Amino acid sequence: MMSNTPEELKYATSHEWVKADEEGNVTVGITDHAQDLLGDIVFVELPEVGSLVAATDEAGVVESVKAASDVYAPVAGEIIEVNEKLNDSPELVNSDPYGDGWFFKIKMSDSADLDNLLAADEYSEQCESE
Amino acid sequence: MLIFERSQPGRSSKAQAPNAGLDDSLLPDKFRRQQPAELPSVSELQVVRHYTNLSRNNFCIDTQFYPLGSCTMKYNPRGAHKAAFTPGFLQRHPLAPIEYSQGYLSCLYDLQEILKGVTGMEAVSLAPMAGAQGELAGIAMIKAYHDDRQDTARTEIIVPSAAHGTNPATATMCGYKVREIPVNREGDVDLDALKQVVGPQTAGLMMTNPSTCGVFERKISEIAEVVHTAGGLLYYDGANLNAILGKVRPGDMGFDVIHMNLHKTFATPHGGGGPGSGPVGVADRLKPYMPIPVVAKEDVVFCWLDQEDLPKTIGPMSAFMGNAGILLRAYAYALMLGREGMIRVGEFATLNANYLAIRLQQAGYTLAYPTRRASHEFILTLAPEEKAYGVTAMDVAKRLLDYGVHAPTTYFPLLIPECFLIEPTETESVEELDAFVDAMIKIRGEMESSPELLKSAPHTTPVRRLDDVKAARELDLRYAKPVQATQT
Amino acid sequence: MPFIPHTEADIEQMLQVLDIHHIDTLFDEIPSALHAKELGNIDPGRSEMDVLRLMQERAELDAGAMCFLGAGAYEHHIPSAVWDIAARGEFMTAYTPYQAEASQGTLQLIYEYQSMMTALMSMDVSNASLYDGGSALAEAILMAVRANRKSKSRRVLYAGTTNPRYVRAGRALVAGQGIELVEIPRQNGALKIRLDDLQQYAEQDYAAIILPFPNYFGQLESVHEIVDWAHGQKMLVIAAVNPIAVSALVPPGEWGRQGADIAIGDGQPLGLPLSSGGPYFGFMCCRQAYVRQMPGRIIGKTIDLEGRTGYTLTLQAREQHIRRSKATSNICTNQGLAVTAATIHMALLGAKGLAKVALASRRNAVRLAVLLSQIEGVACLNDGDSFHEFVLRFDTDLDTVMDALHEQAILPGIALAGDFPDLPNCLLVCATETKQESDLETYRSHLEQVLAEREGT
Repeated sequence: MMSNTPEELKYATSHEWVKADEEGNVTVGITDHAQDLLGDIVFVELPEVGSLVAATDEAGVVESVKAASDVYAPVAGEIIEVNEKLNDSPELVNSDPYGDGWFFKIKMSDSADLDNLLAADEYSEQCESE
Repeated sequence: MLIFERSQPGRSSKAQAPNAGLDDSLLPDKFRRQQPAELPSVSELQVVRHYTNLSRNNFCIDTQFYPLGSCTMKYNPRGAHKAAFTPGFLQRHPLAPIEYSQGYLSCLYDLQEILKGVTGMEAVSLAPMAGAQGELAGIAMIKAYHDDRQDTARTEIIVPSAAHGTNPATATMCGYKVREIPVNREGDVDLDALKQVVGPQTAGLMMTNPSTCGVFERKISEIAEVVHTAGGLLYYDGANLNAILGKVRPGDMGFDVIHMNLHKTFATPHGGGGPGSGPVGVADRLKPYMPIPVVAKEDVVFCWLDQEDLPKTIGPMSAFMGNAGILLRAYAYALMLGREGMIRVGEFATLNANYLAIRLQQAGYTLAYPTRRASHEFILTLAPEEKAYGVTAMDVAKRLLDYGVHAPTTYFPLLIPECFLIEPTETESVEELDAFVDAMIKIRGEMESSPELLKSAPHTTPVRRLDDVKAARELDLRYAKPVQATQT
Repeated sequence: MPFIPHTEADIEQMLQVLDIHHIDTLFDEIPSALHAKELGNIDPGRSEMDVLRLMQERAELDAGAMCFLGAGAYEHHIPSAVWDIAARGEFMTAYTPYQAEASQGTLQLIYEYQSMMTALMSMDVSNASLYDGGSALAEAILMAVRANRKSKSRRVLYAGTTNPRYVRAGRALVAGQGIELVEIPRQNGALKIRLDDLQQYAEQDYAAIILPFPNYFGQLESVHEIVDWAHGQKMLVIAAVNPIAVSALVPPGEWGRQGADIAIGDGQPLGLPLSSGGPYFGFMCCRQAYVRQMPGRIIGKTIDLEGRTGYTLTLQAREQHIRRSKATSNICTNQGLAVTAATIHMALLGAKGLAKVALASRRNAVRLAVLLSQIEGVACLNDGDSFHEFVLRFDTDLDTVMDALHEQAILPGIALAGDFPDLPNCLLVCATETKQESDLETYRSHLEQVLAEREGT
């Protein structure tokens, strides 16, 4: 089964998706491909609001029954919001990875970081070659 | 039913508590417990019956073939257990003075000597309480050695990708960065990859031999040379020592430090997950750093070597002296085996594994390393079956339970898809091995005729497949007394 | 061949299947230079009868003394049923319960154990055990440093009244991670920490404080006040407790306004024989909020395909076999069989039975302290806030007194001066419920006699 990889998003090689708005804030989650590999998500550890992250820093953990994986900040900046719903309903990451299953929002310190990310087709290619 | 659900207020096992009344009036108020702990109130017979019945919900070596790879589930001789349960040993306080310790210490001293002889190491400390703690002691000694020489730029431990999870976890606990190197198609460490990553930052390499792939690392001498030339030390994870007991000695392979799992190779019971015991053996240069205490013999008197005697020690691993009772069991087992018995352990563990591997291959199963001799264990990959019938290694594992066999280790090592790691051990008879093959042949038939039977297995165990996702999402980790409806 | 069932015919048949003539051929991939040439001085194998005889003779060498030693290992009555059941092959020869369907006995038992420990400690959650009290302290230190997000510090305070053997093991086991253990010293000669002793650590960043209860000298620390102070300083509180003691004394979950955050200790008093120091087991309980930082196995309740209740290993993603270098600890096994015994032990004694053991032990210790301190030249340093251990100070050289008592088959206690230079000629003595009045009197009369003889020389 092909994973869903929306065209309008940017992607990190470590399987996070990124959606940027005009104010320089980005929303981050993990991709459909990633949640599919992990299986039923049982726990998500989110970063603290207000913390500063550099691109590729560990910013969270996502756990299934038989695996755990770090979630990395795709861009540098300040964590301005986290998805508290995931504390009680981690299954949202499985059911709606690009919507209600988002992880956190970052206020970017340098929007040029976005240029280092992959486009949808590049990310799909990466997944296929794994 | 939980023991808590058998509880009735006012009931107890009266013979077991001292006769004294519950007079706590001498206790200062602020230190008095206000509410008694909510433990069950049950009779002695209820307790005996409850736990006896619970025990019958377990598979165990005493009742089943248990070919769990990497765990060495061999027969645990009752004599060794009885020897350790001798009243004089049970009643000995860990801090008893030396004149009330000569019997115990003489056993430990002899065990140290036996382990030295059979591994080819220069000295042994029995202090670590489990394999993982033996690993910790070993890597801490490597660190102490480099630090002592002011060789502090060594920040990395190299680990093959197929290693047990404890290896990288231990290296991290000791403050090292972990560098993984790949294993090649025949199950050997990729020597070229090793050469690329060693350097002045290398503190050491951790490996098992035979490896977790169930094959002997043929280039071990070259590996040792590469690591030693770079100034690193070589750590031997003794998880697979059973394969080569009496045949090859880690000391002769060039290892500087090893741990042994007495609960595997020396047949002490696994106890449903411990207690184990993980003594460490060292080459000469690591002797000063051994974990304490170590037993020594001065003339005819046995004594402890402590901090004053080993000032550079990495310290003690426990409050007292490791899992003493396990050491006594291992000692009794070693005495019964003797020299020739130890050699046979390696030989027959290997014979059983190779026989089982060939028979399963003849039955149509796929060996992960068909060109290699198996060590004491071997890997099947069920990837072809998964492709053909849609059944996974997990399904086959669960179905084996219905045939009264404990499942082999599944999904380890991680690099082989849909794998079974199978270790029969030397104490199983050929009839038992044949019965396992028969079960696997029948299961093969079921894959074709009724794969659903496998996917929904097990069918005969006290519970069917459990919902692990629910267990993790809706954590329920202790009994909560039902809230009684109260009338208002 | 001991424990190997193969007959000559079996071997022949197996070799035929393998298409080889000798077992040694199976080792042909191993470079010949590596084949073992010698095995040191290992004797030929012996029969079970011989081995049992030898072990009995050696055990007898160590037996026969009346023991008043404690310091972390305590003599208690163990109901006969405890080890009769724990030593059943189904418990003793099973492996870690990875295959849940084939391990419900062990899994349900550990779930019951977790329930009993949380009840005893008045805490939210318990793991399935660690190796022993000393290593449990080490794991608690690592856990507290991970869990305390209000602190950036890798420093942990410990009361100078903590069992020194725990501190040494803890130090050795956390050394690799750059964690500093800082001692809160006792006032010279004091057996307890005073609130004044804490003030110099206020407004400094420490991840946690370790608080023993009872402390090494048998004294009860001012746990309520110290816990509140520590929480005010944003430290986590690690309680190091005796599980028997807290069946009658205030449990760590009820210390101060919020209770301790992590409780650890050695489970030995709950049905494990003294056995030269092991196998015992370490227990660990904590607040619900820290459960994902807890090391070791944890068992959870769930349902099977048909909706029946079952038990399984859970939260495994913290562990080394999944997380590898990022695991909470490298620990894999716990002390399963020791926990099996402890669970049966707790079920047999119940809350009342354990509290009776605690109170009877305390009564004997108090009685012994009174008897011994009546002897001239012997003083008890403890105040009334004690449990079942106490410190005696001798006006004379302690070593020679101890030697004399050893000769009379009395192990009078543990000399403290080695670990605590401010307590010269001081002895740590323990009495539990196993001692009868006549035992206490035996100790008293022998000590009196030994001291009188010294006086005479």
